[in-house]
Amino acid sequence: MAIDVVRDQRTQVNDFAIKLANVNGTGSASANSLLMQAIFRMGIPVSGKNLFPSNIQGLPTWYEIRVNRTGYTARALDYDLVVAMNSQTYAQDIADVRHGGYVIYDSSWPLDPDLSRDDVTFLGIPLAKMCLENFKAPRERILMKNIAYAGAVVALVGIDVELVADLLAETFARNEALRDSNQRALRLGYDFAMEHLRCPLPFYVERMEANGTSILINGNLAAALGCLYAGATVAGWYPITPATAVMDNFIQLCARYRRETVVSEDPNVPDTTRNNYLIIQAEDEIASIGMVLGAGWNGARAFTSTSGPGISLMNELLGLAYYTEIPAVIIDVQRTGPSTGMPTRTQQADIMMCAYASHGDTKHIVVFPANPYECFEFAVQAFDLAERFQTPVFMLSDLDIGMNDWVVPELRWDDAYVWDRGPVLSDEDLSRMSEFFRYNSANDDFVAARTLPGSDEKGAYFIRGSGHDKYGHYTENPPEYQEVVDRLKKKHAASAAHVPAPVIERRDGAAIGVITIGSCDLAVREALDQLADAGLPADFLRVRGFPFVAEVRAFVEEHEHCFVVEQNRDAQLRSLISIETGVGIETMHPVLAYGGFPLSAQQVVDSVLAKLEN
Amino acid sequence: MPSITKPLIPLSPLPKNDLGLTIRDYEGQMSTLCAGCGHDSVTAAIVHAFWELSTPPHMIAKLSGIGCSSKTPTYFVRGAHGFNSAHGRMVPIATGAIAANRELTYIGISGDGDSLSIGLGHLMHGIRRNVKMVYIIENNGVYGLTKGQMSASADIGSRPKKGEANALAPIDPVTTALSLGATFIARSFSGDKEQLVPIVKAAIAHNGFALIDVISPCVTFNDHEGSTKSYKFMRDHEVKEVQTDFVPIRAEIRAKIPADDAIEVTMHDGSVVHFRSVPEGYDPHDRMKVEEYIRDRQSRGEIVTGLLYVDESAKELHELNATPTSALAKVPYSSLCPGAEALASMQEDFR
Repeated sequence: MAIDVVRDQRTQVNDFAIKLANVNGTGSASANSLLMQAIFRMGIPVSGKNLFPSNIQGLPTWYEIRVNRTGYTARALDYDLVVAMNSQTYAQDIADVRHGGYVIYDSSWPLDPDLSRDDVTFLGIPLAKMCLENFKAPRERILMKNIAYAGAVVALVGIDVELVADLLAETFARNEALRDSNQRALRLGYDFAMEHLRCPLPFYVERMEANGTSILINGNLAAALGCLYAGATVAGWYPITPATAVMDNFIQLCARYRRETVVSEDPNVPDTTRNNYLIIQAEDEIASIGMVLGAGWNGARAFTSTSGPGISLMNELLGLAYYTEIPAVIIDVQRTGPSTGMPTRTQQADIMMCAYASHGDTKHIVVFPANPYECFEFAVQAFDLAERFQTPVFMLSDLDIGMNDWVVPELRWDDAYVWDRGPVLSDEDLSRMSEFFRYNSANDDFVAARTLPGSDEKGAYFIRGSGHDKYGHYTENPPEYQEVVDRLKKKHAASAAHVPAPVIERRDGAAIGVITIGSCDLAVREALDQLADAGLPADFLRVRGFPFVAEVRAFVEEHEHCFVVEQNRDAQLRSLISIETGVGIETMHPVLAYGGFPLSAQQVVDSVLAKLEN
Repeated sequence: MPSITKPLIPLSPLPKNDLGLTIRDYEGQMSTLCAGCGHDSVTAAIVHAFWELSTPPHMIAKLSGIGCSSKTPTYFVRGAHGFNSAHGRMVPIATGAIAANRELTYIGISGDGDSLSIGLGHLMHGIRRNVKMVYIIENNGVYGLTKGQMSASADIGSRPKKGEANALAPIDPVTTALSLGATFIARSFSGDKEQLVPIVKAAIAHNGFALIDVISPCVTFNDHEGSTKSYKFMRDHEVKEVQTDFVPIRAEIRAKIPADDAIEVTMHDGSVVHFRSVPEGYDPHDRMKVEEYIRDRQSRGEIVTGLLYVDESAKELHELNATPTSALAKVPYSSLCPGAEALASMQEDFR
């Protein structure tokens, strides 16, 4: 069976993809996101994906904008328009344009005739020349080229130029000189295109009302907001791409929302500020998680944010937290491994590591957001889960979610929210007890009430990562040791009912099932629509939490063929489902994309069809 | 069974501290270390110091890493809250705990393996952040629990019980801490309780990271001829020229101490450290001079003990971060969550 997804030229209103090829460090990022934001403001579903190198200046970088009126905003692989601003990658970028597409290039210099293609239209704009003539400072001449090509794109795809001018005015509200240069550059590109080129192209935008109250936000900011709203007060962290912005944002949010002024009673003493938070940039990730454990032991909501290499380093203390039952939240913004891997590329390859982090028998609670909206919600839930189950909880985001701006529904907060601190004994509780032992009073979730340091002597106990019995005392006795670790296993299993439930969507006549996770969501949904249109409806399940609920196993068993779509080489989700639910692995076919770029629907459709044809 | 509950035998009236507690109330379980281990003497000094200061046991948090030294927190203040963590990782855990609740008194017990090898980076950064805690290194130059490997504090030429003499330069926690800007540095000898108790008390009063390097001989693996961390070596080479007394805030006995050439340091809580005797030209506030003096003595094969350096003016972690004066962990949720309205209004900027 083969499906041709043919693009209808006449219906290319609000349905196209642009690839902008730039040189890293030249200021292109702001011009590119300006275009994306303008389209968002026109009410049209849009996505912007930054495909950038692990480099400060000089290497190739791309930005992809996908406009889609139906809301298919996963990465597209066929580009209607390529803005080729990087001579190093001309050949590849020009090759990437779809048949019948367009290329914008800087015609200040002639284009190498070898790069020419008969089936695409080349639109030359003398960007360098225009900027040389219009701007004086060398740096400005480079920077403004970006805004100038953005201006040309605005004209070519019919973006409201006044709206873009407003955006620039907002961005540079406090810098008149920059605002002026940017406005001039925008008009240079825009006017050139309007005068010399056919505007609009056969694909263009028209205002819609699809975005409603939606917002444009990246997952790292959303996760930081979640931590703020969850009431996290202590954070330990170490800089790492692509997770750094989680803490950068948390620091900024705390400075804005957690800082109180303490009015001095003495007129000679100035007022002071009081910070209801303490964020420590640690010496490494081991220290980061150590700080989180110390704070969690003491009853503060504490977290760290990191990426795969950081989790590798944290493994030892994660086992300590698991075994001694200390709440902790770890946000892992996954990048491409193994080892240093590709730090600026995305992947979902920390699933196994996080599920079983540390030596010995360990199992952790993991939540898997698919977009920034869920980053916010799941971050709050992660703190509740961590305290309710007195254990580390991972939130597995990834670079695509964390660092790209996504259109998601407005974040909502319920002021009636009450944080779940889990079973904690107060001095009053202790006074009613004849004696206290740390691990011997498990509740229905197999969680034993704890005391916090500073509580009455009766509640004092000694935390130890060494073998302990249910009283918290050191032991080397097999049954006493096993009793504790067996309870930990039951506790982990009990948390399945409290982690975010899987999203399950069924279609009439579906013969196959597709299981996915995290940021694959949009691409898989689009792929499923394409398969259904081609007469192959499929049921959908997106895992959102570990341990798995029974529905996950049932879903696999219901379908003769299941496809498990994930972004890693080793089909980690598929293995984890099989290991943990006991369901056979044979009927789960891996669909894997692990090159480091976000998934596209086409990859899913191709893989599914290839398997079914065999 | 590696921990043995100490029988509480009521002895004829033991003196009571301000809280009405006897010294037995500050003890812990029976030590399971080797008979004669220097660490047990350090434990005794800690018990004494807390008892004398009348620190409420439940307001003490005692932490450790892994090793013989790290077992000792079970042997003191049974009513304190304890955390035996992972090898070398006590400082970050203590740092996080202190961040969350500054109301407790924190004491960390470590050894030379825990502090100077696997945990050296963390120790340095704990010093650098000036986390308010007492940090005791029970330093015996040897890995006891794994049966006698030389540690990073072993002196050149120091001989293990079996094998070759150590050829690598030792890491000296005292001079290292001086170079890192530590705000309280002391060295003592486990065999000298008289010196150790006031040092521990001053460390508890210190407003920042208080490092005490205690030479604490290992009777099983490193107390022989040829070891520089043995009882005999210490007794022959210890120099006690820097002598201090600690005067708690409540005791108004300052006048009783002759004030001629003595140096007084008023601690953050108002208590006083009194340098009753120091060598000529020695200034416990002058990092350079202290280091010069220690190195000079070191070059003569001597080990200087005493409270060697103190700086009570530096800000500790919480002061540096302008956190509330009470525990961060107790800040009510209503002060932490900006609420639905703030979330809605901030999203105006996300469109």
